[in-house]
Amino acid sequence: MTSLTKQILDRARVILVAMVAAFVGSAFAQGNLEINTPTIAALKQSMQQRHAALAPHYSSGAVGLAADGTIALRDASGVPMAQRGQVNALVAAENGDRAALYREIARANGHPEWEADVRATFARRWIDRAQPGWWVQGTGGWARK
Amino acid sequence: MTAYRQALLVAAAFVTLGTAGCVTINIYFPAAAAEKAADRIIDEVWQLREGRPASDERKNGEAQ
Repeated sequence: MTSLTKQILDRARVILVAMVAAFVGSAFAQGNLEINTPTIAALKQSMQQRHAALAPHYSSGAVGLAADGTIALRDASGVPMAQRGQVNALVAAENGDRAALYREIARANGHPEWEADVRATFARRWIDRAQPGWWVQGTGGWARK
Repeated sequence: MTAYRQALLVAAAFVTLGTAGCVTINIYFPAAAAEKAADRIIDEVWQLREGRPASDERKNGEAQ
C-alpha cells in the first residue's frame, strides 16, 4: 500500500468517526419539547386544581371536550340554574389557561408559530384520553365516549 | 496525535453543520415530541399517573 493510499484511508476514517459523533450529538438535541418552565408549571397546577370541579360536569355531559382544544358548555339543561354561572366561569377560566398553555409551550421552544400545532396535538390527546361517558367533539359533532 | 486533532476539528465542523441542520429541521413541527409533552401534561392535570403506569394509560387512550 502506498503511503498516499494509507493517508487517504486514514482521513476517510477520521471523517467517518467525526460524522458519527456529530450525528449522535445532534440526535440528543432533539426528541423532547421544553415544558419545564415556571409559567407552564403554574398553568398545570391551576388546571389540575380546577379539574376536581370540572370532572362531575364532564361525567354529566354538561361540559364536553371540543375539537379545538378547548372545553365547552354543551348542555346546560342538567345544571341547576343557580350553578350555571359557576360552570360558565369554570369553562372560561379553563379555556383561558389552555390558550395560555398552548401559547407558552410554543414560545418556550422558540417557535411561537407552533401554537396552532400544539393546540391541535392537545385537542387530539384530550379527546383520545377522555374517560368513557364524557362528551367529545369529533368531525361529526358531539358524541359520548 | 495529529490524527486525533484532525478528528476533533472535523467533528467540530460536523457539529456546527449539524446544529445548523437542526435549526432547519425544527422549523417543522415535531409532532411526536409534542404528543409526548401533551400526554405528560394531561397525566398531571387529570391525575392519571397514580395507580397505573403511563404506558398503560397511553395504550388505553389509543384503544378507545
